[in-house]
Amino acid sequence: MFEQDENYTTFTEEATISVTVNGSHYERQVPVRLLLSDFLRHELHLTGTHIGCEHGVCGCCTVLVNGEAVRSCLMFAVQADGMAITTIEGMAGSNSDLHPIQQAFMEKHGLQCGFCTPGIIMTAHALLHDRLDWTEEELRHELSGNICRCTGYQNIVEAVKLAAERLREQQMEVE
Amino acid sequence: MATRWFGAPVQRKEDPRLLRGRGTYVDDIDLPEMLHAAILRSTHAHARILHIDVSAARSLPGVHLVLTADDLGNVLEPSPLLVPHAALTQPRTQLPLARDTVHYVGEAVAMVVADSRYVAEDALDLIEVEYEPLPVVSSLEIAASEDAPLVHDDVPGNVAAHLVQTVGDPDGVFDSAPHVIREKMVMDRGAAMPMECRGVLARWEAQEGMLTCWISTQGPIPIRNGLAAIFGLPEHKVRVVAPDVGGGFGTKIMMFYPEEILVPFAAIQLGRPVKWIEDRREHFISANQERSQIHEVEYAFDDQGHLLAVRDRFLHDTGAYTPYGIIVPIITACTLPGPYRLKNYYSEFTVLYTNKVPVSPYRGAGRPHAVFVMERIMDGIARKLQLDRLEVRSRNFIQPDEFPWDVGLVYQDGGPTKYDSGNYPAALEKIREMLEYDSFAERQEQARKQGRYIGVGVGCYVEGTGIGPYEGAMVRVESDGRVYVSTGVTSQGQAHYTTFAQIVADQLGVDPKDVLVTTGDTQAFYWGVGTYASRAATVAGSAVHMAAVKVREKARQVAADLFEASPDDIELVDGKVFVKDAPHRALTLGQVAISANPLRYSYGENARQLMSMKLAGPRPGPALPAERGSPGLEATGFYSPPHGSFASGIHGAIIEVDPTTGDVKFLKYVAVHDCGRVINPVVVEGQVHGGVAQGIGGAFFERLVYDEEGQLTNASFMDYLLPTAAEIPPLLVEHIETPSPLNPLGVKGAGEAGVIPVPALFASALDDALAPFGIRILEMPLHPCRLYELLQEARA
Repeated sequence: MFEQDENYTTFTEEATISVTVNGSHYERQVPVRLLLSDFLRHELHLTGTHIGCEHGVCGCCTVLVNGEAVRSCLMFAVQADGMAITTIEGMAGSNSDLHPIQQAFMEKHGLQCGFCTPGIIMTAHALLHDRLDWTEEELRHELSGNICRCTGYQNIVEAVKLAAERLREQQMEVE
Repeated sequence: MATRWFGAPVQRKEDPRLLRGRGTYVDDIDLPEMLHAAILRSTHAHARILHIDVSAARSLPGVHLVLTADDLGNVLEPSPLLVPHAALTQPRTQLPLARDTVHYVGEAVAMVVADSRYVAEDALDLIEVEYEPLPVVSSLEIAASEDAPLVHDDVPGNVAAHLVQTVGDPDGVFDSAPHVIREKMVMDRGAAMPMECRGVLARWEAQEGMLTCWISTQGPIPIRNGLAAIFGLPEHKVRVVAPDVGGGFGTKIMMFYPEEILVPFAAIQLGRPVKWIEDRREHFISANQERSQIHEVEYAFDDQGHLLAVRDRFLHDTGAYTPYGIIVPIITACTLPGPYRLKNYYSEFTVLYTNKVPVSPYRGAGRPHAVFVMERIMDGIARKLQLDRLEVRSRNFIQPDEFPWDVGLVYQDGGPTKYDSGNYPAALEKIREMLEYDSFAERQEQARKQGRYIGVGVGCYVEGTGIGPYEGAMVRVESDGRVYVSTGVTSQGQAHYTTFAQIVADQLGVDPKDVLVTTGDTQAFYWGVGTYASRAATVAGSAVHMAAVKVREKARQVAADLFEASPDDIELVDGKVFVKDAPHRALTLGQVAISANPLRYSYGENARQLMSMKLAGPRPGPALPAERGSPGLEATGFYSPPHGSFASGIHGAIIEVDPTTGDVKFLKYVAVHDCGRVINPVVVEGQVHGGVAQGIGGAFFERLVYDEEGQLTNASFMDYLLPTAAEIPPLLVEHIETPSPLNPLGVKGAGEAGVIPVPALFASALDDALAPFGIRILEMPLHPCRLYELLQEARA
């Protein structure tokens, strides 16, 4: 019988983690094998983070972990213990305007079915946090870790360029 | 009626929700008490199932149900055959779970339902299946060979279907033609690969006797009808919802996928909601695929390059089953003539079973194959006669004054292949300019001097779109003045929430933001077929238009009664309804809606204002005049096209090949697209962009590689390469509008267009770039290694 299999008991092991997601603190007991992506989606009900391949290629599940763009399908929830996570739901407040990156995607028709979009926006967010002066070729290279099957990428690239421009303007205003 | 919204680049209404991560895809719906399913799939391409032992899986804690074929009772029936055809003499469709024999790697064998997907997958590992392997038909060549093993014991020669169509007198022409060329062209398998895999969530409410399924599908209405029949329920007690769908591209129009039956079956049996979400590995081996064909083509032409006749015999790989009939090869046969005056054409195809994932339409649906063949023919003629490739096309084009043009073939919908309108020479001129074609030879010459291999290629196509049988829509103005629209088609990113709103907005004089569109919910609209074959905007869009026109006329009638005016003098502008030339005395559209529903009392601000106005009426007190027929501002419209409308386009590209690595880079990509009147140019361009990217994938990156045992050897995104932003070049799209005379909007389909000519133009550009090596490309898809091999062969 399977219950007697020692390996199986390790799979049911649970651990308590504490994470900050979009500024809110959560403490949860989770199976140690639970993926971060499943934790976000089905424990915290933040379903904006999508799962496209579960092997770390498509980028749909990209979130920010301590500011870095990370594939949440390649990380266990327990590995995020003590970390700060930002998901697509944390990009713009519930009643506030869209984040400049989201706004640019709307204006440039940078999404069709919308499934890959949250991951691409999180990737773009990390990129534009690093730098705002990407060339188109650099941007295309940097965005190549996120697959989109609908748009042909053109309008995604246009949207990220527009967002960079707007964020540059914002920065100049602050300065 | 002023047209303001139709044709305008209106921003998408669906975007804010999707951009905030508030979309609702199937896996985003978690219901109380919900359980999770996982499927055990065949590891053999062809084998007898000798024994299945599920006892260990059943006793694993957290497992609620384990199903094999023996547990399905009368639900163990082969899936219905969609679109039967007289030529499909040996149709075979799949059981929800394989019983005696498995026919492809990935075929569903058992299902586990457990507390979590994690536990369900643990239980799959505990199921023991004893297989007796059988000989495998792993390719079209093997399927067609003499003494080939049989995919289905009772299908001789693996032949599912055989169809011949003839136009004119091809044999006679071949006998006397000045030039005849024979070539073999091969296309291998690819797949749609939407970013969201398939998914099914089912809930059974015993008290209500109501089954609700959320399915990532392109056709909820046919699924509703099918599930009602399978489970013996009234149709109105089955609700199927296609919520947000993360891409479909044809692979989700298939029905029934086994899980679409198994998951509701389990939910009914357990009395708890059950969810199954396909993972990517499963998608690779169980979601339908497409593209494999082998063409043996002969073409006859005169000294001026006029194509006189074509004889095309091809084999089509349908995989292990024919769930979708022979739609794909029929489309190939009918698409082949393209924009050219082909008066003598012999088309023969044989559909063969193989031990592979079943084949059903994937964006393009047989068209890229046909366009590849025909465009190779055009280039073949040019090469033979030393003529310019564009000139040969130009000489063979159907001219703008020759429409309607009857190709002489029966199309996939049973109707004629009859082009309704088009202007191919104008499109070619635009492409010529966009490519700076006339000066290209000079640039190419200079590049070659520097050791660089650049080439230019074009691909011309005509695409059958907007087929029947019909779609419908309901339009209703509610008391607050907002307009509610529902239709049976679904959306997988095509912006229907916006484009349908634009259509309605013009008719009712409202802003599209006040038009709320629902698609893909059988409870919102009962009738319809689905989103496929580039038909939603054309067929459902026309139905939406017709319903909106009826509502407009009713609003004018009601307002005319209130204003004591003639309906002809009533105008609807900016959400207001008034008598022409007297806009100061206006009602809101919502007030007219309230008046059209003669109750004894009404609620809301619109109603209060209405009560305070001194308006006329049919008589004192509430009354519904007989001539109005029904209360409210509501109407339903149905549109059934006489036959498909034929969109067209030409794409062109300039590429550079590195002959030392076989790698290719697109230097320029341009497209001219004609889908009749354009509802929203931004949306159409987006459709073309996406199609081109899939086309480039299908031409140079994406190939499903099966080994001799029928195992898919590249079933992951690590190995099956979808193009990324780094591979897809900037795309330049221009439109030509030759309105379709077939529907009230003058529109044609645009969804599949982008993908169709890409393999053809890629081959053309490669030939051109590699002309010094004497390469002629006769296969698709390619990849750098294969191109390198071809170069080596040419050098040797």
